[in-house]
Amino acid sequence: MTETLHEWVTTVDHKRLGILYILYGLGFLVMAGIEALVIRVQLMHAHNHFVSPQVFNRMFTMHGTTMIFFVVMPVLFGFANYLVPLMIGARDMAFPRLNAFSFWLTALGGLLLYFSFLGGSGLYGAGNAPDVGWWAYAPLTAKAFSPGHSADYWTISLLVSGFGSVGTAINIIATVLCMRCPGMHLGRMPLLAWLYLVMSGMVLMAITPLTAAQLMLLVDRYLGGHFFDTQAGGSATIWMHFFWIFGHPEVYVLVIPAFAFLSEIIPVFSRKPIFGYPVMVAATIGIGLVSMSVWAHHMFTIGMNSYANSFFAITTMAVGIPTGIKIFNWIGTIWGGRIHFKVPMLFCIGFLLQFLIAGLTGIIQSCVPVDWQLSLSYFVVAHFHYVIVGGILFALFAAFYYWYPKMTGRMLSERLGNWHFWLFLIGFHLTFDVMHIPGLLGMPRRIYTYEPRPGWETLNMIVTIGAFIQAIAILVFVWNLIVSYWKGAKAGNDPWDAWTLEWSVSSPPRIYNFASIPVVASRRPLWDLKHPEDPDSRYE
Amino acid sequence: MRLDNFLHLKRHAQNLLTRSAIRAFGLLSYVAAGFAQPSASYLSSTNIFAPASTPARSIFGLSLFVLAVTLVIFVVVAGLIVYAVVKFRNRAGDAEREPAQVYGSTQIELAWTVIPVLIVIVLFLATARGIHAIQDAPKPAAALDVTVIGHQFWWEFRYPKLGIVTANELHIPVSDPSRPTPTFMKLMSADTDHSFWVPELGGKTDLIPNRVNEMWMDPSRPGIYLGQCAQYCGTQHAKMLLRVSVDRPAEFEAWVRAQQRAAVQDEKARAGKHVFETTSCINCHTVSGTAANGRFGPDLTHLMSRTSLASGAAENTPSNLRLWIQNPDAIKPGSLMPSMKLNDADLDTLVTYLETLR
Repeated sequence: MTETLHEWVTTVDHKRLGILYILYGLGFLVMAGIEALVIRVQLMHAHNHFVSPQVFNRMFTMHGTTMIFFVVMPVLFGFANYLVPLMIGARDMAFPRLNAFSFWLTALGGLLLYFSFLGGSGLYGAGNAPDVGWWAYAPLTAKAFSPGHSADYWTISLLVSGFGSVGTAINIIATVLCMRCPGMHLGRMPLLAWLYLVMSGMVLMAITPLTAAQLMLLVDRYLGGHFFDTQAGGSATIWMHFFWIFGHPEVYVLVIPAFAFLSEIIPVFSRKPIFGYPVMVAATIGIGLVSMSVWAHHMFTIGMNSYANSFFAITTMAVGIPTGIKIFNWIGTIWGGRIHFKVPMLFCIGFLLQFLIAGLTGIIQSCVPVDWQLSLSYFVVAHFHYVIVGGILFALFAAFYYWYPKMTGRMLSERLGNWHFWLFLIGFHLTFDVMHIPGLLGMPRRIYTYEPRPGWETLNMIVTIGAFIQAIAILVFVWNLIVSYWKGAKAGNDPWDAWTLEWSVSSPPRIYNFASIPVVASRRPLWDLKHPEDPDSRYE
Repeated sequence: MRLDNFLHLKRHAQNLLTRSAIRAFGLLSYVAAGFAQPSASYLSSTNIFAPASTPARSIFGLSLFVLAVTLVIFVVVAGLIVYAVVKFRNRAGDAEREPAQVYGSTQIELAWTVIPVLIVIVLFLATARGIHAIQDAPKPAAALDVTVIGHQFWWEFRYPKLGIVTANELHIPVSDPSRPTPTFMKLMSADTDHSFWVPELGGKTDLIPNRVNEMWMDPSRPGIYLGQCAQYCGTQHAKMLLRVSVDRPAEFEAWVRAQQRAAVQDEKARAGKHVFETTSCINCHTVSGTAANGRFGPDLTHLMSRTSLASGAAENTPSNLRLWIQNPDAIKPGSLMPSMKLNDADLDTLVTYLETLR
């Protein structure tokens, strides 16, 4: 037992680190989920007294920070760790020890953040989690408004995990560029490897401004700096620019891996290759580049001049073009195929419809004057949860059902999977479809209680009910993960009749993955193997 | 096609869409909000689809246009997805044969790149026009100037040309479209970020320390319009409510004259005034003609002309006022108003005095 534990703690194996990342993210998913439920219970009625305003503000700060940095990021990096080397025919990541170091930095970051519940106020005794919001706008983070240490826990935990993210991003880039097996030139990589390459490049560009801003904030708080200290002539808007030049690319950092999962799963369950591979690659790079110039669309209400507002409107709308191309290409992949409705595919279809809606509500908000009404309202909350839950989380669930057999050697239960899918789908739509409407009726976000204005109470009640249905669905999912580990059907090497290299080795793969390094001649090496009469390599 | 031809066509299409969409969404928002038709004592519903001022109306029109465009896109693309999923499902009769392997099609991919580009151009032109119309509107000579200062967690309104200072309830004149008297506001903050949002009168604009933002509105019907702070500003962000009273010209004149008068000096409330002037009330509050000249809290010179306390958190009644002075956390936990810890007798005389500040 201790030996196993010791092996897992000291491991530099990409597969074990991948699983550690994923388990770590799932643990925090439960924490952040509970925080979301506290928020929803408080907002069930007008003038509710379930929690105090102080607790409520901590809950939404911790929910947002945790979900972004300690749930979605680690789980996505976990899948990258596990899959990228296997799919490009490598025996490990380029820098295995950097890989372990990055994971433990991320782990430390999360623990630091949650230690604030115990140690936040330091001298005052009782703990105190940060309550400045996950965006931590200046000057609320200044000493004058946040005198305790809770804001420092927020800053330092993200600083530490940020270094972990940068380390992993460098590692993925190096792995994809240098470790591919013979025959796999860039044009033959699985799309997943391509998309993680773009995502990692964006991590390098996005995390650095956040790190810089956080260092400046620490200088303000402890060394008498005045970058964001408005009482001493500092600028509140500079923080906004720094934060969102990180924050918006971050959205694409999270969603591009979701695209990656879809681009692997949809073809297998439609029994066709991905439609327009080169265009998919180009669209991803396009998204990566354009999304670096859209950040101020989070700031349309701060009083930028009309030229700046127009510029960020058109860049934001322009991101819709490559994103639209991707959706069309997935439809093109399904078109003329033979769709098998296994659970991973159900989640992918949910993703397609929901991500479409999320994109369209995004287009609505890119019309600046309309955003002057919608910004900072519950409409925005509904919109980005549509992206993150309806899009990214659905894609992640698809990935879990698809690759769990490879990671454990056992299939996840299809029956529980169907329960999970349909319950979560119903809960999701109850919550986030309905949540748009209070925003249209003038309900701002980040309020711990509200006046009983027409419609607000009923709508909030429905949203809360939906949240609990989602929570039940997550319990079914976790139960499925646990039970199937011991009782699931044996998976074999290739349960889905798939085409990429990870399915050519045993489940779970042995240490160092490949007994002999494979040689590939097309994008779908296992298709070539299974169809020697009509291999892909003939058409390249 | 020449650009102005194109713009003309686009405008035509937009008008057409707007008119039919207004009907659909007017109905929808009516049902959703269940608000009453505007009357003399109109109380707003905070619904963004019930605009009562030019900026709000122009946003409303643009939002219907973009809603219509996105709705069409949704129907087409979602239709394609659903059709493909149903049509190409694996049927029981199918053998283990794989379908035809198709790798892509340059023509089709080109088509679904060009169409979104065209849609983006149209949407951008409509947006740029909307931005310009609202943000770069010239200020007429008859405009009323108001300076709005955000505080944790209340609003200060100063009328520089009229010499009025008040809090939480903004009074402005109704603007007759034939002789517009819009209100132009300068927005500033004394501490953290805030955001001014009264949905029926316009979009929101942030109040940011060390920065002056601007915003205008020209409400065309009298009534009370509700809103609240929209940017997270600290513990009591939720109860930083906002109320705009749009007055008929005569009412507004009367309100201005009343606000310009000095504070009432009522002999019967002398004891209470003494309590007021000898406690720390005066560090934060102002009452003209007394020792109180603090600016940290709301100006109380005409406290009784306001309908609410604590930035809309409670109605302005004697019992609420008493509670607010003695235990502010009971009304607004985390507000910066301290508990004054007065004995009952002092508290009563103090409330009696404040009640005279009409």
